[in-house]
Amino acid sequence: MVDAAFLALSVLTIGTAIAALEMRSLIYGSIALMGSLGGIAGFFLLLDSPFVAMFQIAVYVGSIAVLILFTVMLVKRELIFQKIEDPKRKFAGIGLMLVLMVGIGSIILDSGLKTIVTDEPAVDYREIGVDFVTYYWPALIAMALILAGAVTGALVLARREDVEDEQRAN
Amino acid sequence: MSNELIDFVIVSVALLGIGIYGLAVKRNAIRMLFSIEIIINAANLNLVAFGRFIPGSEGQTLALFSIGIAAAEVAVGLALIIVAYRMYKNIDIAEFRSLKG
Repeated sequence: MVDAAFLALSVLTIGTAIAALEMRSLIYGSIALMGSLGGIAGFFLLLDSPFVAMFQIAVYVGSIAVLILFTVMLVKRELIFQKIEDPKRKFAGIGLMLVLMVGIGSIILDSGLKTIVTDEPAVDYREIGVDFVTYYWPALIAMALILAGAVTGALVLARREDVEDEQRAN
Repeated sequence: MSNELIDFVIVSVALLGIGIYGLAVKRNAIRMLFSIEIIINAANLNLVAFGRFIPGSEGQTLALFSIGIAAAEVAVGLALIIVAYRMYKNIDIAEFRSLKG
């Protein structure tokens, strides 16, 4: 049986995820996305993983959501409030979503996952820190290089000043 | 703890469905990025949930790596959207007709 915190977090996360996609204004949509990402951080706290929850809040709610908000503000005002979607595809999309949820849901309910319960104590976050600097250090360095490369690439892409001229020439 | 593994997995499936709906229906580049974020978060929730119920710290470690890589992906994706917006003055992906230059 689930507890009240879990129910509240599920409603918050799923509701704001739908709101993020369906709200007319992109700005409110990105704020709703922020709520959804924060709800996932709450789930991590329920799962006794405070380190991942703090990481989620710092990276997703703190930086990615704000980055998206600023990008939305760079877009023209009319485009922010305009709903761009295929009306014909909408019902097909809802059907696809329901088929997917029911299909995967029934597979999961039929599997043996229901019987899995745990009495184990939660993993200490100090253990994760030790793992990071001992066993996973090559992966950590690779991730640092990927992040540096991605941020540099993003800056180079966003600062290109020749794109508008090329478009005019075309 | 009173919550079981199956509850978290069901929430994760619901988020995956919503994300795929957004990818299929929306033509707004920024909303498609929202959908990708929702799907990535569903995957992270699964990783941490299974990591909690199957003893070991690997689930949390993999989720941390996943969050880090997702940050890089969003930065590049938003930069691409800004470049496309400056070229086409629109964020409708149906308007992005050519990929040259």
